[in-house]
Amino acid sequence: MKHTATTSSLRWTAFAILAAAITTFTGCDKKSDTQSANSQGGGKKLTVGFSQVGAESDWRVAETKSIKDEAAKRGVELKFNDAEGKVENQLTAIRSFIAQGVDAIILAPKVETGWEPVLKEAKAAKIPVILVDRGISVSDDSLFATLIASDFVAEGKLAAEWLAKKTGGKAKIIELEGSPGAAPAIDRKKGFAAGIAAFPEMKIIAAQSGDFETGKGKEVTETLLQQHGKDVTAIYAHNDNMALGAIEAIKAAGKKPGQDIIVLSIDGVKSAFQAMVKGELNCTVECNPLLGPAAFDAVEKALKGDKLDKKTIVQDRVFDQSSAAAELPNRKY
Amino acid sequence: MNSAPSTFVSRFLQSRIVWPLAGLALLLLFNFVFDRSFFELSTRDGNLYGPMVSVIRLSVKVMLLATGMTLVIATGGVDLSVGSVMAVVGALVAFLAEKYHVGFPGLLAVALGASLVVGVFNGALVSYVGIQPIVATLIVMVLGRGVALNITGGMPVPIEDTGVLYLGRGFIAGVPVQIPLLLTVFAIAALACRKTAIGLFVEAVGDNETASRLSGVNARGIKLLVYLFSASCAALAALVSIGDVGRVEPDRLGQMLELDAITAVVVGGTVLTGGRFTLLGSIIGALLIQTLTTTLTRQGMPSDVSPVPKALVILIVCLLQSQKLRSQLVRLFTSSKTHAS
Repeated sequence: MKHTATTSSLRWTAFAILAAAITTFTGCDKKSDTQSANSQGGGKKLTVGFSQVGAESDWRVAETKSIKDEAAKRGVELKFNDAEGKVENQLTAIRSFIAQGVDAIILAPKVETGWEPVLKEAKAAKIPVILVDRGISVSDDSLFATLIASDFVAEGKLAAEWLAKKTGGKAKIIELEGSPGAAPAIDRKKGFAAGIAAFPEMKIIAAQSGDFETGKGKEVTETLLQQHGKDVTAIYAHNDNMALGAIEAIKAAGKKPGQDIIVLSIDGVKSAFQAMVKGELNCTVECNPLLGPAAFDAVEKALKGDKLDKKTIVQDRVFDQSSAAAELPNRKY
Repeated sequence: MNSAPSTFVSRFLQSRIVWPLAGLALLLLFNFVFDRSFFELSTRDGNLYGPMVSVIRLSVKVMLLATGMTLVIATGGVDLSVGSVMAVVGALVAFLAEKYHVGFPGLLAVALGASLVVGVFNGALVSYVGIQPIVATLIVMVLGRGVALNITGGMPVPIEDTGVLYLGRGFIAGVPVQIPLLLTVFAIAALACRKTAIGLFVEAVGDNETASRLSGVNARGIKLLVYLFSASCAALAALVSIGDVGRVEPDRLGQMLELDAITAVVVGGTVLTGGRFTLLGSIIGALLIQTLTTTLTRQGMPSDVSPVPKALVILIVCLLQSQKLRSQLVRLFTSSKTHAS
C-alpha cells in the first residue's frame, strides 16, 4: 500500500473541519431564507428566528407554512432555518439567531435532550424561546417561555380507545414507532399502551421504528408482516406517513389494508384523509400543525413580559372513514 | 514447507471478499438456528416472496449506489452527493409526472439526464478545478438537497406512473425486477473494468495519479467517467426507491444512503485510499448490512439499541480487513498448521 495511515487520517481531519465549516455556513446563510414582510407603521420591526426540524412530512410542511404565513401577516421578519432532520444543525441555527440578535426564537426541537447549553446562551442574551409541537427535558424550566403543542399522550390514548371500540377489545397489533428519542414517539407509545392496558386481549406483538418516514414504514412493515402476517389484526403508526408506507406493504403482501388489517395513525394530513376515503386507512387522530397564530401570540406576550403557562395545549380530534369524506375539502395540508 | 491446502487457506484468507462473506454466513447461520422462518419462500401468482427475497430487494438501492461508489473510491475519491442526487431525481420525476403527465420514457430520460449533469459537475470540480473529492461532492450534497426541496415546494408527492412503480415493485419471470436491473448494472461495470483497460486505469489513477498521468493514462477523463457513472447509479437507485414506496419525500429520500454505500464498499474490502477495488465485495457488503437490519427487526431489537450491534459488526469486518491483522491471522493459522503436522 502506497498510502499511509497519516494521509488518510489527514484527509478525514480536513473533511471534519470542512464539514463543520459548511454546516455552520449552511446554518446561518445558505439555507436560511429571510422572509421580510412590509413593516406597517413606523415602529421597530420584530425579528424572530424559527428553527425547524425539517420537511419530512406533510404535517411539518404545514406547520412551517403556518408560521411563515403568520409572520408575514403580522409584519414580523422571520429568519427561517430548516435543519434537514439534524439536531446539530438546529444547535447551529439557534446560536446564529442569538448572534444576529433576534427578538425571540421559535424552536421545533427534534429530540428531547441536549438543549440546556444553547438555551442558557439564549437566556443570557435575554431572548425568549417558544417551543412548538415537541417538548424538551431541561432541569430549569425558565429556559423556555412556553410550549405550544398537542398532548401526544392523549393522542395515543385516543387511538387506542378507537381501536378498542372497533375491535371489541381484541387485537394483535404491530406498532410503527417514530424516531427513537423524539417526544411524539415516546408519548404516543405511552398513551397507546395506557389506552390498551384495560383490554387484556389487545396485545402489541411487535414494535419497531419507521423513523416517521413512508419508505421506512413500508420496509419495516414488509419485514414484520412476513414474520407475523398470520396473526396481526391491526397496525398502529405514530404518524400518517408511516401508515401510508404500511398500506403499500400490506397490498404487496396480497392483503387488503383497512379490511384484512386495520390501519390507524396520528396527525391527520390530507393524504391520510384521501387514504381513508379510499378505504385503506381506518382512522387518524388529528394533531393540529397550524401553530403559527398561537406561537406569535406567545412571542408577543413573552416580549411584553406577561406571564405564560409552561404548556399551551392544542385540542385534537379523531377522524375515521365515516367522517373523512366530509372533512377532506377542509384539509389544507 | 507450505503444503498445498495451507497455501489455499492463506490465499483464501488474503482475498478481500472472504470477511464480508464470513459475516454474511454467520448471520444466516444465526437465523438458521434461531429463526428458521427467515428462509421461508412462497409464490403468489407465480411471483417469489419471502424474507430472503425482501432482503435482496431492499438492498438493491444501496447495491446500486455502492457499485458506482466503488469506482469513485478506487480513484482515491469519494462521492457524498449520491443521496442528494437521489432526492433531486426523485423530486424531478415525481413533479414532472404529476404536473405535466410526462410518460415513462420521458421520465427515464430526465432522470438519467439530471444525473449526467450532476455527474459532470462533480467530475469537473474534482478533475479539472482540482477541488478535493470530499469537498466537491459535499457541496453538491448540500446544494442537491435544497434543489430537491425547491422542486416540490418541500411537499411529498405521490408516484402514479406505472413504469416507475414497476421498477420499484414489479416482477419479471417471478423475480423482483430490481434484481435483474442490478445484475445488468453490475455486469456492465464488471465487464468494463475487467474486459477493457478502464479497470486498470481506475486502479492506476487511485494508486498514483501522477505516475499514471506520466505513463499516458487520461487521469482527468477517468475521474470524470467514474463520477458520471456514480451519479447514474444514484438515478437508478432513486427510481427503484420511489417506485417501491410510491411517494417522494424530498427531505428524506436518499438521506444518509451515501454513508450506507460507503460502508458497503469499505466492508466489502475496497480501501478508502484508492487503488485496488472489488465490485463483488461491495455488493456483498450491501447485502450484509441489509441482512443485519432485517435480522435485528425480526429479533425485535428495540430501535434505539439496534445501531450498536450494527456498528459492532461493521467494526469487526473492517478490523478483519486490515492488512496487519490479516497477515497476523494468516501467520497464526499457518504456524499452527505446521505444528500439527
